[in-house]
Amino acid sequence: MAASAEDVRKSIKSYLLVFGALAVLTVITVAASWLKVSVALAIFIALVIASVKGSLVASVFMHLTGEKATLYWVLIISAFFFLLLVLLPVLQTWETSHLIDQVKP
Amino acid sequence: MSSELLPHTLDAHPVTGMYNGKFGVWLFLASEVMLFGALFSAYILLRTHGDFPTHKETLLNYKIGALNTFLLITSSVTMVMAWASFKLNDPGKGKLYLWITVILSCAFLFIKIKFEYMHKIHEDIIPSTSTFYGIYYCMTGLHGLHILGGVVVMLYFLTVGSGLWNKNQQQFTNRIECTGLYWHFVDLVWIFLFPVFYLL
Amino acid sequence: MSSDHHAHNPGFISKYVFSLDHKVIGVQYTVTSLIFLFFGFSLMMIMRWQLAYPGEAIPLVGGWLGKYLVDNNGVLLPEGYNSLGAMHGTIMVFLGVVPLAVGGFGNYVMPLQIGAPDMAFPKLNMASYWVYFAGGVTMLSSFFVPGGAANSGWTAYPPLSNIANTVGTYPFWNGQTIWLLAMVLLITSSLLGSVNFIVTIMHLRVKGLTMFRLPFFVWAQFVTSFLLLLAFPPLEAAGVLQLMDRVFDTSFFMPSGLVVSGVVQEYSGGGSPLLWQHLFWFLAHPEVYVLILPAIGIVGEIIANNTRRPLWGYKTLVYSVIFLGFMSFVVWAHHMFLTGMGTAMSTFFQTTTMIISIPSVVILTALLLSLWQASIRFTVPMLFALSFLPMFAIGGLTGLPLGLSASDIQLHDTYYVIGHFHYVVAPGTIMALLGGVYFWYPKVTGRKMSTLLGHLHFWPSFVFMNTVFFPMFMVGLAGVSRRLWDQTEYVQGIDVQGWVRMSSWGAWGLGLAQLPFIINFFFSAFAGKKVDANPWKATTLEWAAPSPPPHGNFAEVPVAYRGPYEYSVPNAKEDFHPQHIPDSQVV
Repeated sequence: MAASAEDVRKSIKSYLLVFGALAVLTVITVAASWLKVSVALAIFIALVIASVKGSLVASVFMHLTGEKATLYWVLIISAFFFLLLVLLPVLQTWETSHLIDQVKP
Repeated sequence: MSSELLPHTLDAHPVTGMYNGKFGVWLFLASEVMLFGALFSAYILLRTHGDFPTHKETLLNYKIGALNTFLLITSSVTMVMAWASFKLNDPGKGKLYLWITVILSCAFLFIKIKFEYMHKIHEDIIPSTSTFYGIYYCMTGLHGLHILGGVVVMLYFLTVGSGLWNKNQQQFTNRIECTGLYWHFVDLVWIFLFPVFYLL
Repeated sequence: MSSDHHAHNPGFISKYVFSLDHKVIGVQYTVTSLIFLFFGFSLMMIMRWQLAYPGEAIPLVGGWLGKYLVDNNGVLLPEGYNSLGAMHGTIMVFLGVVPLAVGGFGNYVMPLQIGAPDMAFPKLNMASYWVYFAGGVTMLSSFFVPGGAANSGWTAYPPLSNIANTVGTYPFWNGQTIWLLAMVLLITSSLLGSVNFIVTIMHLRVKGLTMFRLPFFVWAQFVTSFLLLLAFPPLEAAGVLQLMDRVFDTSFFMPSGLVVSGVVQEYSGGGSPLLWQHLFWFLAHPEVYVLILPAIGIVGEIIANNTRRPLWGYKTLVYSVIFLGFMSFVVWAHHMFLTGMGTAMSTFFQTTTMIISIPSVVILTALLLSLWQASIRFTVPMLFALSFLPMFAIGGLTGLPLGLSASDIQLHDTYYVIGHFHYVVAPGTIMALLGGVYFWYPKVTGRKMSTLLGHLHFWPSFVFMNTVFFPMFMVGLAGVSRRLWDQTEYVQGIDVQGWVRMSSWGAWGLGLAQLPFIINFFFSAFAGKKVDANPWKATTLEWAAPSPPPHGNFAEVPVAYRGPYEYSVPNAKEDFHPQHIPDSQVV
């Protein structure tokens, strides 16, 4: 991002805002872990908060909002393969153990 | 060293909108996504596979984890402030912020090693205790190595590499920006590691 | 702009050893990887003796191989056989073909083809070579540690690989652990290289060279780099996990209650051997395309040049390569049909596998159609490129039964599989890469390789390649497993022993057939016929630079005026329009 001095001064304010938001969200995610909810819901809440924090870091600190399409494509492809890598092995083991459960006496 | 630079060492390429170094760092980070992604995939698979302790209260101390999270977030802010200061042509302030970043990350590593690893090892909890601790040591250890790498790079720019500022301000600022991108990514990974290991 | 970002009068060390110049690094990669290729091939020549004449002492070299490989009589030990097998695979793939195709050809040719003065990150480029070199040395050193080199196959499947090589000073000083450390180095090297390639191709193209004016080879390298960038890290992660398993006794890949030789293993358990297979094949299937794509790129360049006409369906080829690269990430578990995968997942992966065969066939068809009605120049590189087409087709077509889970369950882990993937990689990729050496040799040295020696290299290689690998289909269909030290202990192995021997004699013949190449390669560098900058009358930008190109490559920065393969344009002065010559001078 070829930022002018004026742009940089403006963005400093957003850096501090994001810092505040990250600190608050850290407290929230710890607090949320004390909630008496099911494991699945707890995982969901924690991951949502982490994703919000992560996107704040990526879009503001890493200036992702100011980048062009090339970089978005690279990251979208990586994210897609990342999802495949996470989901397919889990699905496979889940299906296999499911089948094993069926044959068990 | 260089009388003439390769194209787009300093200026952004019109199509990608990035200079060489920045594009390179982003591609490297894309590969890091896959590296940590594979480890997260391993974590999920091991966890769903069985024989994986998940009774969180007794496993790790979330207070230390939260403190470290806070340290790393702060270091991310000081890092981006360092870049902004260099960009605004204020190298004194930029260096100060960079030093603060180094100190914060060293504090992170110190706490991690002294109060978490050493403490656990003292209690005879080592990687082979269970798959949970195995993947915990593995992922946080790898993350720690990334922190260490970042500290080395920052110290380089504060000492040996600082002369570049006088020769080519823009190139120096670009390098700080690239360091920053890496640093924020390391922070980002920790943002996911913290809930996954300490809270869930 | 002549870029002299290197020292002005570099000494010998910085000019030829720690050079930042992409051309020197390319040559370093090429020579190192050719040596590794020959070394890896030699391991296989030793294994073929044991297969052809089980239990007989190895002639010539038997006494030299050391106690980890042979017994006192010079007979190959089963453990030694496994070591050689694992190291043959690893060396050929990670130290031979990939560094040659990407590190060698990619580094040397790609920046020239896009008119760049160098790679985007010269220091990173040098680092990637030296990390590769360190990885290679580390890998070779494992032959000398207690217990010998890694012997769990190049796939290093746990739990076997976790409990193998545990003699001696376990956990650090043994073959499998060193294999893992070397792999981490090699992966790091590939990562550095791929970052460099992508940035170079995106940022350093000369004016006028749009993406769709890029030579096909550059496109192939571009997609290959993305595969390396995104597929390698999961193997690095898996390598780290296996290293933890071996060194710190974790149990990521050790299931609960594992019994080895009647003894229950003392691990905390809870691990999953399938986790390794997922992470490994997530790399290793894209890796197949890392091996193939640069070779296809080279074949495309050679065919366009020697048919004197544009590649048939250039854009189709480019889109196919992109699609191929993308799909290669979604097919990996077709290597795992036999692991007890459920039917839904099997169906998913066999569907994606059938889909990925479409772009492969499109590419091959386009290359074949490029030959249609052309007046072909049968130069030595063209012979190699032409031989690539049918042999690669055999490799591809024999893959189809392996992609369908019903037939794969019969064929899995037999010699049929070996025949299949070797047809893709050896008679396919390696023939293409050799063709590439003949094709770009005049650019690198300013001299042509001998045509006579080229024919003496090509024809025997072509015959012996098929002699080695075709019998493997018969052996495999007869049901012989791929990892047997002595297949004649099994009834299905006895009947096919003739085919096995044929294969072995073919391998030794293939080894001999490389002698003309070795002589040619070194001899021509100073005794070959001197040629001008563009001896093949080619159109792409690397031929606009002097031979050999100086530092900074081009006397003046070229501008690209047209697509890469404008051959035989009607009403033109000559039958080729180089990319860098303005229209006013060619029509």
